[in-house]
Amino acid sequence: MNESGVRLKKKSSPYGVKVPERKLTAQRPIERAPLPERAIISLHQNIGAASQALVRRGDRVLTGQKIGDSDKLISAPIHATISGEIAGTTMVINPATARPVEALVVASDGADEWVQLEPVENPEALSPKEILDRIREAGLVGLGGAAFPSHIKLAPPGDARIDTIILNGCECEPYATSDHRVMLECGEKVLSGLNIIRKLLSPETTYIAIEDNKEDAIEHMEDLIVAMGFKEDIKIVPLESKYPMGAERILTKLLLGREVPIAGLPLNVGVVVHNVSTTKAIHEAVVEGKPLVERVITVTGAVNSPKNLLVRFGTPLGSLIEYCGGIVGKANKVILGGPMMGFAQFDLGFPTMKGTNSVVVKEDTIVTEQCCIRCGRCIEICPMHLMPTLLAKYAKAGRYDQCKAAYVDNCFECGVCAYVCPAKIPIVQYIEMAKRELAKRAAKK
Amino acid sequence: MTPVKKFLISPSPHLWKGPSVSKIMYLVVLALMFPSGAAVYFFGYRALSVLGVSVGAALLTEYVCRRMRGHTFVMDGSALVTGILFGLILPPTIPLWTVAVGAIFAIAIVKEAFGGLGHNIFNPALGARAFMSVSFSLPMTTWVEPTGFGVDAVTSATPLSGLSGWQQFDPAAYQAMFLGNTAGSLGETSALAILIGGGLLLGLRVMNWRIPVIYVGVVSLLALAFGQDPLFHILAGGLMLGAFFMATDYVTSPLTNRGKMISGVFLGALTMLIRHFGGMPEGVCYSILCMNAITPLIDRYTKERPYGLVERARSAG
Repeated sequence: MNESGVRLKKKSSPYGVKVPERKLTAQRPIERAPLPERAIISLHQNIGAASQALVRRGDRVLTGQKIGDSDKLISAPIHATISGEIAGTTMVINPATARPVEALVVASDGADEWVQLEPVENPEALSPKEILDRIREAGLVGLGGAAFPSHIKLAPPGDARIDTIILNGCECEPYATSDHRVMLECGEKVLSGLNIIRKLLSPETTYIAIEDNKEDAIEHMEDLIVAMGFKEDIKIVPLESKYPMGAERILTKLLLGREVPIAGLPLNVGVVVHNVSTTKAIHEAVVEGKPLVERVITVTGAVNSPKNLLVRFGTPLGSLIEYCGGIVGKANKVILGGPMMGFAQFDLGFPTMKGTNSVVVKEDTIVTEQCCIRCGRCIEICPMHLMPTLLAKYAKAGRYDQCKAAYVDNCFECGVCAYVCPAKIPIVQYIEMAKRELAKRAAKK
Repeated sequence: MTPVKKFLISPSPHLWKGPSVSKIMYLVVLALMFPSGAAVYFFGYRALSVLGVSVGAALLTEYVCRRMRGHTFVMDGSALVTGILFGLILPPTIPLWTVAVGAIFAIAIVKEAFGGLGHNIFNPALGARAFMSVSFSLPMTTWVEPTGFGVDAVTSATPLSGLSGWQQFDPAAYQAMFLGNTAGSLGETSALAILIGGGLLLGLRVMNWRIPVIYVGVVSLLALAFGQDPLFHILAGGLMLGAFFMATDYVTSPLTNRGKMISGVFLGALTMLIRHFGGMPEGVCYSILCMNAITPLIDRYTKERPYGLVERARSAG
């Protein structure tokens, strides 16, 4: 261990919490999920603007064909994930905004006929602009969950100088193992994609952050870095497994001691953080010319056989759960994403999207909120150093201005406050409410 | 197809971790069993009856108040904690009817009138003790030597009220004070029992170490500064029980760790000022009540500095 010099000393943070890991699928190789008969492809799968449909009902589409795009800056095109006919449109709820968005329904012809891909022989010869264009055209967004369009993140504004790239392989959400398996099974692509963004941004340092509950992934990446000749350039930082270490603001602080300004981005302090699944997709987009039509999703929890599945976007949750043997026992909750930040779904017809990294089925009960006893646990562990109990109290009383003055916008809703709260106050819900109300007021002005 | 099933919808997170409010309260009750046990061992039936009346009156009052305010009564353990604590800070010979009056005052006035658990400004047990010392000042200052379940007790002075007795204390007296074999309030005499109970809560991370450690530390330092014996000041009077079980009350102590440390310093200073310059032999109760009153102020000035706060120009602020 450590003889290659690639692995740096382990880091840990006093904030955050130890959550039960429940990585049931860590040793399960990635399997290809069956193609859906009907893919429901949301036209808004990224932060920023929604796409407009480029196809009409009755059109025949091929896998990987662009079917939605937008001329707005912060947007990412949408591609057909199976070949077939556009059967119509429907509405789905965008889990991040809780608003309905338009979705295209593609009825499969069973052939999975792809568009002609345009691989490049020598990616080194591409200009930065060509690389960014290829990334945008592939519809790439951050696959860690936030779904921020990648080409924007990789083209920092003129005055921003990026000196550090952090490749995020933390995967701190309980249950999720998709990034873990991607590192183990597609490590070369992950590093190749990382190398492409290093070419774009020419940072001084590149770190790969991996939690120490994935020792096999740390070792594998270490070997690959040496084998691929990146030994001098890329260092691995093992992190103590703690939630939410994988959040980019937390990583920036933990690895570099830099705090991202409130309402700012890591690039404001010279840092870009990318997820391992994203750099794998960057490799596929730039080198293979393959658009983002699928990703690895962990389908886990109370299902008969939890799996890591390579899933085409638009596949309904129900068919994934069925493929994993169905729901076990009294489980009554289906979560899109992890149990800490994911969205509970009531409809098994709901489609998977670019930002979906896991589907967790579990049993849950309704808890009753009690009064805050001011124990201070939420304050002690808040990774953004906020006063969650006060934010909840203000929001509950409709005192949104006080929420704003207490930096409610700084909260990224990791949920550790509500996780540790003895009074079971749904703090995140109150904070979301305050943010929504404040955004509404700001929009009126 | 999976049969149509109703799914539960709720905001994230979808995982919870204990302990719940009532579990915390029952852990405190468990820890309080040590000082209560010592009280019964040293003061016998008197301790049992005082504690029994106090707990019973507290629970009954909580039930009545919750119902009067239109809430359901939940046995969350908080009234139990108040009942036990209130019993522990009373003299053994206190008439039982006054115990009941005090416990009713603690729950009905100090706690429920302010909105119940989580909203009270003052620690209910201490608020009621202050009420008792004003209303029943004679029985509240009548102390007896511990005699267990044996013969009737003889009136005596507590170590603190024994005026400047601290100078002549011998090791045997210190040992008695540590174990609890001395005159005083039921649960305040045995430092050992309080340490075991407090240590349990510290170990389980139910209690934050900052307030008790700093409180006791500042008292010792000031005792040294006043040329007195710190050990005497720690073992005599209600400091140990107050520092571990009253000053650490979540509801009435500051929210942040910084606030808790500030509170600890002030508590120590106030206690020693009252003991040294004040007209009363003991200052723990009033020190904690004073600090309870300024807890909102401490909270206001000890907010956490949020992550990523960029220093703004003064003019903009």
